[in-house]
Amino acid sequence: MSDIPISHILFVSTALFFIGMYGLFTRRNMITMLMAIELILNSVNINFVVFNKYLYPDKLDGIFFTIFIVTIAAAEAAVAIAIIINLYRSHKSIDVEDATDMKY
Amino acid sequence: MTASQIIFYLISAFILSMGVLSVTSRKIFRSAIWLLFSLIGIAALYFWMDVQFIAAVQIVVYVGGIVVLIIFSIFLTQQSGKEMPKAPLLRTIAGALAVLFGFAFTFLLIDQYGFPAIDQPFDNDVARIGNAMLNTEQGGYALPFEVVSILLLAAMVGCIVIALKTKPEEK
Repeated sequence: MSDIPISHILFVSTALFFIGMYGLFTRRNMITMLMAIELILNSVNINFVVFNKYLYPDKLDGIFFTIFIVTIAAAEAAVAIAIIINLYRSHKSIDVEDATDMKY
Repeated sequence: MTASQIIFYLISAFILSMGVLSVTSRKIFRSAIWLLFSLIGIAALYFWMDVQFIAAVQIVVYVGGIVVLIIFSIFLTQQSGKEMPKAPLLRTIAGALAVLFGFAFTFLLIDQYGFPAIDQPFDNDVARIGNAMLNTEQGGYALPFEVVSILLLAAMVGCIVIALKTKPEEK
């Protein structure tokens, strides 16, 4: 169990975070950008659980932060999808380059 | 190499490859399915770390909730068989370079810090989590719990109001 060094697990979460960042940089479709944000939030959750388990095994704070992040991510995804559907009704597109009504 | 190590590296390779496919696939529906597999892999990683409650939450909320919501919204807004336009080459290269350098610097810091692992069993029983969640004393999480429940209510009402169909003559 503890024969894996912590840095290897942190390698996975860091790589997942930057994969999400790459998706956020290159995609211009709102739903795929939302998926990239989900990947980023998941990598943060892995970090919280790993630090809680291996560095502070007598506490539970990392577990609670993970639970609250998951809850808020669910609320955020629901609101984002409602906004995307509303935007699609008025603009017939969910590309961020087309949503420029509030730019000026 | 023990079986536990082999399982860890297999799960990690699965998560990362599915994540890369999810951000590079040009068909949006496939991208959502790769995201689903990546999230399942993360749940498997939680099971490997013996945090069963978080793994169950991950499967129920992410795989059962958020991905299904994303797939529904894809069906409502896109022709899912059509390929998305390719990102400009300059943006792809710039994004990849920024991400690579960021990853290199961050991982260098993590690797040099050398976290001291404490070899002590991690007691994350569901009963202990539940007691701490509704505890109002020191170390309890009753207040954030209530705040999050209000946030969920507000998000639910907000979603209904935002996605409500307005009648065309009102415009």
